[in-house]
Amino acid sequence: MKNSRQQKRRLMTGNEAMAEAAVKAGCDFYAGYPITPQNEIIAYMAKAMKQCGRAFIQAESELAAINMVFGASSTGRRSMTSSSSPGISLKQEGISYLAGAELPAVIINVMRGGPGLGNIAPSQADYFQTTRGGGHGDYFTPALSPWSVEEAGELTVLAFDLADYYRNPVLVLADAVIGQMMEPVSLKFKKVFKKNLPKKDWALGCLKKKSPKVVKSFFLKEGLLELHNLKLEKKWEQIKKSEQRFSTYKVKDAEILIVAYGSQARMAKEAVDILRKQNINSGLFRPISLWPYPEKGLRKTAEKLKRLVVVEQSLGQMVDDVRLALPEKEVYFLGKTGGGVPSTLDIVKFVKKQI
Amino acid sequence: MKKKFSRPQSLKDVSTHYCSGCGHGILHRLVAEVVDELGLRDKIIGVAPVGCAVVAYDYWDFDVSEAAHGRALAVATGIKRCLPKNVVFTYQGDGDLASIGLAETVHAANRGENLTCIFVNNACYGMTGGQMAPTTVVGQRTATTPWGRDPGSGEGWPLHLSEMLKDLNGVTYIVRSSVSSPKQVVKTRQYIKKAFMNQISRKGFSLVEVLSSCPTIWQKSALESVKWIEEEMVKEFPLGVIKE
Ligand SMILES: Cc1ncc(C[n+]2csc(CCOP(=O)(O)OP(=O)(O)O)c2C)c(N)n1
Ligand code: SF4
Repeated sequence: MKNSRQQKRRLMTGNEAMAEAAVKAGCDFYAGYPITPQNEIIAYMAKAMKQCGRAFIQAESELAAINMVFGASSTGRRSMTSSSSPGISLKQEGISYLAGAELPAVIINVMRGGPGLGNIAPSQADYFQTTRGGGHGDYFTPALSPWSVEEAGELTVLAFDLADYYRNPVLVLADAVIGQMMEPVSLKFKKVFKKNLPKKDWALGCLKKKSPKVVKSFFLKEGLLELHNLKLEKKWEQIKKSEQRFSTYKVKDAEILIVAYGSQARMAKEAVDILRKQNINSGLFRPISLWPYPEKGLRKTAEKLKRLVVVEQSLGQMVDDVRLALPEKEVYFLGKTGGGVPSTLDIVKFVKKQI
Repeated sequence: MKKKFSRPQSLKDVSTHYCSGCGHGILHRLVAEVVDELGLRDKIIGVAPVGCAVVAYDYWDFDVSEAAHGRALAVATGIKRCLPKNVVFTYQGDGDLASIGLAETVHAANRGENLTCIFVNNACYGMTGGQMAPTTVVGQRTATTPWGRDPGSGEGWPLHLSEMLKDLNGVTYIVRSSVSSPKQVVKTRQYIKKAFMNQISRKGFSLVEVLSSCPTIWQKSALESVKWIEEEMVKEFPLGVIKE
């Protein structure tokens, strides 16, 4: 017989954990289109959703997939799609429409190298696209970035709750390392469930005793769109206030702070330990929500520090948000692009150069 | 005395923004009449297009969703898969259905989605000011075919969407009609009813193509437009049942 520890933990890839978490979170509808490095999600969903009698569609394109999600969401059902960078570019049309029509949905992006077809290696170069709206119009999407397989699952569940709570699409921004690597996971995702989600009384589907419902983002008459967008702005402000998430590692006595997210933060964490063995008191600040950016936490953590090092798998995108949050600090940047990953030793070397 | 004719319950008591002589108004009414007749008002969900009918939800008195340009059948697919007991239809122009949304159209049809599609073919892009549509007939002048559509110069031939879809296994019913005469209007109503009934009995994908007038872009009077449909358009797009 298995002991209880074995029963509770399973070896899974990040992609599989996000898919399983979606099923556990009560995802009723999934539509996707294959693209590396997230193909395990669509394969997992094909099996799992069909097994539990929920809707799964392999769509003809990312455009179709996100618009199917638009339709599914408009019925009030929990719905999700997943893709990787070039596919997310195509999904931007639908994400903008979802945000405009205030429809909840979860969109997973397992980032790969770009621009263009790029390659299938790890990357964090979709940060701008993710945190600045991505599609057309004045809107934002909360974006959560996991650094472990377990957290990939937890954040997927949280994404469903945030989406329902705020009536807005929510992105889970994983990089290819997180999507592909295997770790033991507990699949105990429940603890992040948010209570008291609002009733979906806007959903289409049953007119009995009610007036007709319309799902739309179109406001032609003068001034109406402005009013709608100002209403949405209040939502963005509320999200900015309430949903900043981050974690820290050995920051109490740190003299230099490393800021990194996703798989890059794991290497940064290791670098902190190595640096400390060499008597350099460093610490790690890891944003979990990329939008809203955890600027309150960052400011507090970096209060007494002069210097920060930002490490990314890109030419430098999140570093802009760090500089915006801390205009008076010295912020140094280490990055690699096109599928390159700054290694632990790269980080150690770079930090030592700055002090 | 028995009342014989009145506004359908599913049609709001408001005036529409459509140009006079436009076919959209007639078709909105036909859809509403059929919805009432089949008692579907609390079960029906419409998906409005991007095009002149973009605000169809201002006129229909039942649940309606918006869709991005061309994506109505993807949106409808999502709705129908979540609410299989509801009756879901899209209402789309030729630009929407046959150009930007061609992939969504072909694949929804090929999957045999249990949906109804009302395809309004007015041989042009109305809303954006009358550019060439996939269905613009040879020689027809539009804003982007100022000398008339010329297939030889790279503008291509009119796309016969209904005929293209007919051989797909997922497709149950395809029919082409028009709103150019009272007789055709009555026929169109019957076709729409049949297309909804197909969905109710889970027969799969049904499409009703309707040749519809666009006097404004065609730069013709309402009467001339009707004549143009009957004399010119039907030559390219013959009426009748295409698949049953
Ligand atoms: C992605 C996108 N591209 C282009 C447009 C602009 N646009 C609005 S309506 C339309 C044409 C609609 O033509 P059709 O579907 O034939 O409908 P009609 O207006 O003739 O009824 C276009 C190109 C848009 N709204 N979205
Ligand atoms: S432009 Fe054409 S299709 Fe649009 S409302 Fe006017 S007549 Fe109808």
